[in-house]
Amino acid sequence: MRDLDRIRWHCRRGLLELDLVLARFLEQRLGELSEAERHAFERLLQCSDNDLWDIVTGRLEPPAGEEGAEAARIVALLRGI
Amino acid sequence: MAIAIRKFDAVIVGAGGAGMRAALQLAEAGFRVAVLSKVFPTRSHTVAAQGGIGAALGNMGEDSWLWHMYDTIKGSDYLGDQDAIEFLCRMAPQAVIELEHFGMPFDRNDNGTVYQRPFGGHSQNFGERPVQRSCCAADRTGHAMLHTLYQRNVRANTHFFVEWMALDLVRAADGQVLGVTALEMETGEVYLLHARATLFATGGAGRIFAASTNAFINTGDGLGMAARAGIPLEDMEFWQFHPTGVAGAGVLITEGVRGEGGYLLNKNGERFMERYAPTMKDLASRDVVSRAMATEIKEGRGCGPEADHVLLKLDHLGVEVVEKRLPGIREIAKKFANVDPVKEPIPVVPTVHYQMGGIPTNYHGEVVAPRAGDLEAVVPGFYAAGECACASVHGANRLGTNSLTDLLVFGRASGEHMVQFLRENPGHRELPADAAEYTRARLDRLENQRDGENVYQVAADMRRTMQAHCGVFRFPDLLATGVTRIREISERAARTEIKDHSKVFNTARVEALELDNLIEVARATMDSAEAREESRGAHDREDFPKRDDVNWLKHTLWFKDGDRLEYKPVHLKPLTAATFEPKVRTY
Repeated sequence: MRDLDRIRWHCRRGLLELDLVLARFLEQRLGELSEAERHAFERLLQCSDNDLWDIVTGRLEPPAGEEGAEAARIVALLRGI
Repeated sequence: MAIAIRKFDAVIVGAGGAGMRAALQLAEAGFRVAVLSKVFPTRSHTVAAQGGIGAALGNMGEDSWLWHMYDTIKGSDYLGDQDAIEFLCRMAPQAVIELEHFGMPFDRNDNGTVYQRPFGGHSQNFGERPVQRSCCAADRTGHAMLHTLYQRNVRANTHFFVEWMALDLVRAADGQVLGVTALEMETGEVYLLHARATLFATGGAGRIFAASTNAFINTGDGLGMAARAGIPLEDMEFWQFHPTGVAGAGVLITEGVRGEGGYLLNKNGERFMERYAPTMKDLASRDVVSRAMATEIKEGRGCGPEADHVLLKLDHLGVEVVEKRLPGIREIAKKFANVDPVKEPIPVVPTVHYQMGGIPTNYHGEVVAPRAGDLEAVVPGFYAAGECACASVHGANRLGTNSLTDLLVFGRASGEHMVQFLRENPGHRELPADAAEYTRARLDRLENQRDGENVYQVAADMRRTMQAHCGVFRFPDLLATGVTRIREISERAARTEIKDHSKVFNTARVEALELDNLIEVARATMDSAEAREESRGAHDREDFPKRDDVNWLKHTLWFKDGDRLEYKPVHLKPLTAATFEPKVRTY
């Protein structure tokens, strides 16, 4: 599915830490996401690298507008992976 | 296959710090500039730079470009070109002030001037005492720089081609560069971007090693394209390593861990640094620690099922010290080594960090290559800047903070010289009839390959071979077999096969094309390292432990054609200063 290929490429980042975490997420979790969760994940990928790393390591919460259950689940999965 | 052609005054490949700084120079001069990037510009690897920009502003005490120049030449172990280094250090303050005027959020002193941080290797008065020279924006200098330059380029109407991958250089019969072929990932279409001047700012190729701090995008695309087009690669044996990257991941564990009392163990549980550096032990300098680790692994005292790493023990420090003084370390160890360092040691290996060599250029950013007896003939219309280029300001070893200085100063200088070149050379030259033929053949080969090699397998074999045979400490037997092995892997890389033949966002195709670039860099590195029979800067050989200025004070040039090596002299004459004669390097 081309949507998934696009998401895969958007997981290529400037920080190695994110490349590694997102590669694991793609492998282990991408297939099980609902459509709404996939969209929430795509929106999270729009964050700058440093912000996204801070979100993954729990130093930062997701940006405003991303308070929904889907984003919360994605962030929980990323933090646990 | 008809390939669509798009015309620009200038094409820039890569949207990190160097590419965007050059683009700005051109766009603000009114030229039509295309910037290609595999990822969104602010996600370039420049974002990972934390240290700062070295520039002798003198905001924290007396400083001078001449002292910065001395530090850079000494750091380079005298392999750096002194004209380019003088240019770098003299231009650095202006480049920083320009960036400040573009809105870069630098840290400030109470009096309003840009704050400068101390950094290893930077000194006052030719090595007398440390000086604070690094201009930073907290620990996010690279991030702030990318955002500043991106905003400024949007304002200047630079055309960004995001998620485009350049494939090959287009040259006229007389060698002039006329642009690149490129793949638009979203559609899978290939275009020819016809340019009057072309700049490569594609970053380093640290992904040739199994243990690398580099992001996945750092596949040396510019180096691969240059090598395939007959341009040599300079000084590729010189790679900077950091002693403690997490084994199997590459993520850095800060030196602060050893500073706080952490130490290294081999498989016998021995604190081996006591043998190599009885006084300093685990706090010896980076190269000493890296070399000791490599020796332990080579002699069979490595840990784990593959005996390929050592252990960094810090559980004796206690939870409080780890949490308070080493923030982030526990998360990194848990995430990337699957160990909690307050209970178990972290597996670590020397990890590659920065590529000193690259596409040979002069200090204007013009690419230079041997032609008709001239070792440094300009390749008209072709420029390179940043980590993919070799000016050469880092020589055999880069000084901390000089990577950002390099990409700012030479990004700007290249852009400026391109402006001049465009003014003196109006109009597009006609493209050769077969301009896109080479790219087409390469893509056809990949599409039609059957019973071929698996891209991931070949790439993994390349990385393991580079790590084991051409790592931080180099042994003659391993280098010799490494040359043969990497050549065998290179032949396999020429027969890669992809199962997915779709057009839209076909990441398998992109990764196969990236491997084509990586493998050229791997070959250049292995051949150049095997041939250089001395130890200088980051090139450290067991069989030739000393620097040899009589025979080896010269730059390596590797040519893809026949894996041929040539050499050219180091520029020992600066632009205006007196020559810094090679001396023994001690700190």
